[in-house]
Amino acid sequence: MADLGAVIDNSSVIVCCGSGGVGKTTTAAVLGLEAARLGRRAVVVTIDPARRLADALGLVDGLAAEPQRIELDSRAGDAPNGELWAMMLDTAATFDGLVTRHASDPDQIERILTNPLYRNMAGAMSGTQEYMAAETLHTLHGDERFDLVIVDTPPSRNALDFLEAPGVLARFLDHRAFKLLMLPTKGGLRVLGVAAQPILKAIGRVVGSDVLADAVAFFQAFAGMESGFRDRADEVVALIRAPETSFVIVASPRHDTITEAVWFAEQLVDQQVDISAAIINRTQPAFGEGTAVDARGAAEAATGELAALWHNVADLRTLREAEHDVISPLGDAVGHDRVALLPLLDSDVHDLDGLYTIADHLFGRS
Amino acid sequence: MIVAGKGGVGKTTVTAVIARAASRDGRRVLVVELDGKPTLDELLRNDVDSDSDSEVESEGESDGDGADPPGGTLEVVHISAADALDEYLRDHGFQRIAKRLNKTGVIDMVGTAAPGIDDVVVLGKIRQYEQSGDYDVIVVDGPAAGHAITFLTSATGLANAVRSGPVRTQSDGVIELLTDVERCQVVLVTLPETTPVNEVIETAFALEDDVGIQLGPIVVNAVDDGAALPDVAAQDAALRGMTGVDGDVLRAAASFRRARRAMESNEIGRLANEMPLAQLHLPARLVAGLTSADIDLMADVLAESVTASVTASEADRG
Repeated sequence: MADLGAVIDNSSVIVCCGSGGVGKTTTAAVLGLEAARLGRRAVVVTIDPARRLADALGLVDGLAAEPQRIELDSRAGDAPNGELWAMMLDTAATFDGLVTRHASDPDQIERILTNPLYRNMAGAMSGTQEYMAAETLHTLHGDERFDLVIVDTPPSRNALDFLEAPGVLARFLDHRAFKLLMLPTKGGLRVLGVAAQPILKAIGRVVGSDVLADAVAFFQAFAGMESGFRDRADEVVALIRAPETSFVIVASPRHDTITEAVWFAEQLVDQQVDISAAIINRTQPAFGEGTAVDARGAAEAATGELAALWHNVADLRTLREAEHDVISPLGDAVGHDRVALLPLLDSDVHDLDGLYTIADHLFGRS
Repeated sequence: MIVAGKGGVGKTTVTAVIARAASRDGRRVLVVELDGKPTLDELLRNDVDSDSDSEVESEGESDGDGADPPGGTLEVVHISAADALDEYLRDHGFQRIAKRLNKTGVIDMVGTAAPGIDDVVVLGKIRQYEQSGDYDVIVVDGPAAGHAITFLTSATGLANAVRSGPVRTQSDGVIELLTDVERCQVVLVTLPETTPVNEVIETAFALEDDVGIQLGPIVVNAVDDGAALPDVAAQDAALRGMTGVDGDVLRAAASFRRARRAMESNEIGRLANEMPLAQLHLPARLVAGLTSADIDLMADVLAESVTASVTASEADRG
């Protein structure tokens, strides 16, 4: 079983990644709860607007875009300084904040924030959510109130999105095509490159001239901000890759999510990013010591109710054994001693008790 | 028919099951995979390679198509946004500069300047297959994670942003397809658990309100349909006098399964209350890794429950 207590002790940032629907948000909250128990001042940033997590944390008005302190009771342990905070990522507001910080004057801010292309980008561009999650992580890391930031990443097919996303705007602004678009404003009379005319025409014909006009206005508005964004992105990436940042992969014991988790793990390893732990949620609990075959044998030797009860044990063990085979490639990828299994519970998590129950399982207290 | 649902609920499995059931029913089926892993090929291999021997008995009238001959076909095609966009540009008179556009990264920019254009182009490609008349049913394995709504609303968003040009024409065609009840249905997939049920309800309302899409039946995947367990009294009677740990193991396993089943039927009931849509239930398989044979089995279950629900709704009407 992975030593998650050590992961919490040794990190100032924990990134939870994995595909959608595997319980990343809940896992992030449980890690935060345990961190508070261990005396850390932890803040959990979630992407998922799931009402259930807010309820479980006792936040009646839901999660806000600002960190909120969670009321913990005595079960949280007696570490005097332990605190748990939680917030939800607000992609558009974070992006607006970033623009405001880098712009040179209120007029530039206004021109950017009202540009339709910017609004599309802040809301919908692929990678924006990852970028803003990384940006928020960086801001919280510098916030005196916290000494551990736990971030739940957007469900993504690609683990590297999170590592690469901070550079996305800088790259966008560096783009050759955009430089071409910007040329007419720079020198006034400057002649466009040979390629520029047909390209501009082509874009206009495909997407419509109004979109093209928005794009030109967008790049004009951003003029001069490229290097600011680039430097900031470099800082964010440096933090994500720092030794104090731990990556935890979250998965469920299904063939497809394990395949994706293995793929995530391989990508991170390729990038020399160490994976501290892999948490598999919702695994079948063990019932007794024997195998499914043993239970099936006992069922066949029995009759009536007793046979039905043994068949039930055999069914549940069959599932568990099959899951072990499904999970094992992830152990091969991250190291079997780094895999932690969380059992499927007989009810859903809907309050702090539920989170404590999971924490007890994950940290070996049950 | 577009299969949608949050990650981890078994969209791909359900896509395969629907495709298998339709082809065994004698239809010419095209399965569309989007930017995904090639799992469908594997799951459907038997069907793709061999003739289906149509074991499904269509009791009564299945739908308006009348008696289909056995031996439907099943093809799998993979559509990626980048290729579809590239192809689209070439087809619209940009072949001369498409290569250069690609090289300078303008394609990326087009995607950002007009967000959703890649989704619309993919949907446009699907529409092209639909218009070809080569297939009776096209089953689309919807995009991963929470992107289903973005994907399906992309055309509406784009049509609002772009007022003219080929992109506009494309969006209009896609909207027409998506909102035409006769041509397009969205099948939402969920699990019999609290969070997936909440999410499917939210998605369903968003799709009906924002896109005007017709929702097909909701598929509840991985429902525990195993043999009945004795009740607690019968269990206690059966275990009386049993010594050692076995009694505890049997008791714990039974109460765990009872609790899971109670939760499942609760959630299924709640879904039925909040979403007045037909539900199709697919059984949980004991083996976590699915094989082509499992898909076959579930296709049987699906065919049976479709027949049952069609019969029920006919009874309602008549």
